Amino acid sequence: MRLPLLALLTRGPAHGYELKQDLEKLLGAAYPQPNVGQIYVTLGRLEKSGLIEGEDVEQSGRPNKRTYRLTDAGREAVLAWFEDTAEEPRVRDEFFMKLALAPQSGMADPITLINRQRRQYLNTMRDLSKLAASEDRDNKISQLLIEGAMLHLQADLDWLERCQEELE
Amino acid sequence: MSDDAAGGAPAAPGPTPAPEPAPAPAPIVRAEGLTKTHHGEGAPVHAVRGVDLTVRPGEFVAVTGPSGAGKSTLLHLIGGLQRPDGGKLWIGGQRVDTFREARWAVLRRRSIGVVFQFFNLVSNLTVADNVELPALLAGASPKAARDSRAELLAELGLEGRERAMPGELSGGEQQRVALARALVNHPALLLADEPAGSLDSKGTREVLRLLSRFHQRGQTIVMVTHDARMASAADRVISFFDGRIADDAQLGGGRREKPGGVSRVLDLKE
Repeated sequence: MRLPLLALLTRGPAHGYELKQDLEKLLGAAYPQPNVGQIYVTLGRLEKSGLIEGEDVEQSGRPNKRTYRLTDAGREAVLAWFEDTAEEPRVRDEFFMKLALAPQSGMADPITLINRQRRQYLNTMRDLSKLAASEDRDNKISQLLIEGAMLHLQADLDWLERCQEELE
Repeated sequence: MSDDAAGGAPAAPGPTPAPEPAPAPAPIVRAEGLTKTHHGEGAPVHAVRGVDLTVRPGEFVAVTGPSGAGKSTLLHLIGGLQRPDGGKLWIGGQRVDTFREARWAVLRRRSIGVVFQFFNLVSNLTVADNVELPALLAGASPKAARDSRAELLAELGLEGRERAMPGELSGGEQQRVALARALVNHPALLLADEPAGSLDSKGTREVLRLLSRFHQRGQTIVMVTHDARMASAADRVISFFDGRIADDAQLGGGRREKPGGVSRVLDLKE
């Protein structure tokens, strides 16, 4: 959450609740909604490490609201973030471990494990289809996020198929 | 449209008077020990090895599996496009594995619609003629065939394309014409063999949306696909490996009748 918040602040100062709303609007309902407490905690930490500066703004009849602006160090951090490539997604290692250890333990049949896992993935795929359909078609970022999830899942299903071919 | 197919009761152990609490409707497809071996160059390929399968009215069943697993052969056996070496097959309660080609042709015309990966439209006939032809062959009057064709093409978003030749259409449009052709005689069963296999992602979404829509209206569908996204639109997924059913799963946790469940899966906004 740290760097997305910093990146949003490159547009100009904002307060915590604004940032939460902007993030939601950008990513759509598909992405797990950031909770506002988590955002305030993160902003506090970013301020402590000197990447942003907070300023209290008085509001009539309501508690002060704290507005944050990016520091030069914060801008550097965002630049470095965009410079870096992201890590590869990891192979589902827990299922892999089960598959590897099932014959060793003699307590589970690998094919049964694969079939069960496939059912779960297919149901998730179905949920993702539903989500894609219920989300705003024009929110490209959100649609791409869902499509990415579906393609990952498709790859997982293809891999299960390979496992089944080899282990059957 | 299941009336004409419900004719001869099978002589073999009957599928219908099963001792179940609720009287289940007669299956659209019932296969017992279905077997098919391809003899080509090299070793014989056991494409389908003793498959038992029941498809009930209104089901949308996807068959997935690696290429070469025999899933297309299974679909072709169900549609009478290939003949089994062994086993029994009933369509709409009627024993059909003993049918010769002429009877199969009649059955397919009336009760089974098929769509293929490469559309298989008649390239020198217009879109309208491609759709009307099977209706005319099934004995519809020219006017009735025209009306059905107009209704289906409108439904599939192809109004104004009646005079076009298949080659002038995009892949997605050609598949929609193929779908109209398959459905023009209101078949009890729609078979789809990799219906989005040669389409881009937009065409794929479109075909899925239409299949889901017809399914919602009660169309029974059996679809072969290697695409999990396609498969997850079905409410039952059969995993086919090495000529056999490795798994047969109801999606969404068993029989789902809850409103807004499966029905809205791909109801994309237009």
